[in-house]
Amino acid sequence: MKKAYAPGLGTATALAAVLALTGPALGDPDDDALVINGETEIITEAPAPEHMEYIDTIYSGWRFRTDETQALELDDFDNPAMLAVDAAIDMFGTVEGAAGESCASCHDDPESFAGLAAHMPKVDEDGKLVVMEDLINECRTDRMQADEWKWNSLDMQSMVALIGLQSRGMPVDVAIDGPAAPYWEQGKEMYYTRYGKLELSCANCHEDNWGNMIRADHLSQGQITGFPVYRLKQATLISRHNRFKGCIRDTQAETFKEGSDEFRALELYVASRGNGLSVETPAVRQ
Amino acid sequence: MKTTSLLVAAGVCLAGAALAGPPAPSDVVYEDGAVAMSLTGVPGDPENGRSIMNKGAGNCIACHEVTALADLPFHGEIGPMLDGAADRWTEAELRGIVANAKVMFPESMMPSFYRTDGYIRPGDAYTGKAAPTPLEPLLTAQEIEDVVAFLMTLKEE
Repeated sequence: MKKAYAPGLGTATALAAVLALTGPALGDPDDDALVINGETEIITEAPAPEHMEYIDTIYSGWRFRTDETQALELDDFDNPAMLAVDAAIDMFGTVEGAAGESCASCHDDPESFAGLAAHMPKVDEDGKLVVMEDLINECRTDRMQADEWKWNSLDMQSMVALIGLQSRGMPVDVAIDGPAAPYWEQGKEMYYTRYGKLELSCANCHEDNWGNMIRADHLSQGQITGFPVYRLKQATLISRHNRFKGCIRDTQAETFKEGSDEFRALELYVASRGNGLSVETPAVRQ
Repeated sequence: MKTTSLLVAAGVCLAGAALAGPPAPSDVVYEDGAVAMSLTGVPGDPENGRSIMNKGAGNCIACHEVTALADLPFHGEIGPMLDGAADRWTEAELRGIVANAKVMFPESMMPSFYRTDGYIRPGDAYTGKAAPTPLEPLLTAQEIEDVVAFLMTLKEE
């Protein structure tokens, strides 16, 4: 495996050697294979999509976690996220709102969403970039005439997890061209922007230094294929935007909000860096 | 930076840091990335530098490994190992690197610890909210001196 140098460094190899801007990966991903419930094979390693210039091989974050954390994803009976998924199955059939409808009134069964999560985010008929939370809230307000769910609410993230689960094992294949292109470019720009008083971009950690330790954290490639994830540290399901918000906050920056257009664009770009890996929702992380 | 402001800044420093107070971050004079003059005129305290290396605003070992701090857990491997730093760098170079490593190494991932301008969406520590203005540097001038004093103890030869 070759680690690429940071964009813009060009011929500054000698300089990089002195500063160890991008040292050799001492903590490469492990070689474990992820098969869930003994039947669903998860692609945790794949050739990087063509649009990625600085990484040759992409890895699920699962490959960077300890054996103990990894084990929690091997069997759904051990996966703490599955409690939320079970609750979402109940909600799926529960009538709410003035229209007297449930999700099941239109969609029969959660399984009818197989494949959807592998192609999210996407641009809708109105030309707007939408993520799963948007689709769920649109159904709730327009069709069910119910209150919309808050982005980070357990109800919302449980439903995002249930719908994502229907695509588990399928390769991510997010469109980045056509009407998605300007959003994708916006997200890419954000990915390489060094925010905050610490001046750190997503790329500083997750492209230039994946595999390395930053304090007690083993840096992954920052893939979001397993989201919403059950995060042991927070003991609940965590949305993609919540993790983005936390990362940018930790650069000592004025961060962005969950559900902001900025994070929709960033979600598209980061999702596209996982094209070829399996949907792994709901994953378990430290 | 314009030559005139360089000269003015140098003049301020020569007038005596103890009298005028530490230079504003934008007034610090860098020569090839090094800062020759103490930011405070007060000798750095290596013991306090040691604790800044660990927690809080410094947290240097988040990215750097230092054998002298082996009693502290979880050293990072983002930046170079700092053992022997005082053999490889002069005090002026270390001061420049700690204060603003990007003067010497423009692409460095290392935060600039004594700088207050040029940030994108600067925040109020780790709250996620916008920083109050005027911005404070990540470390005070004396904390920079303390860290430099600690780094000057890292000799192998």
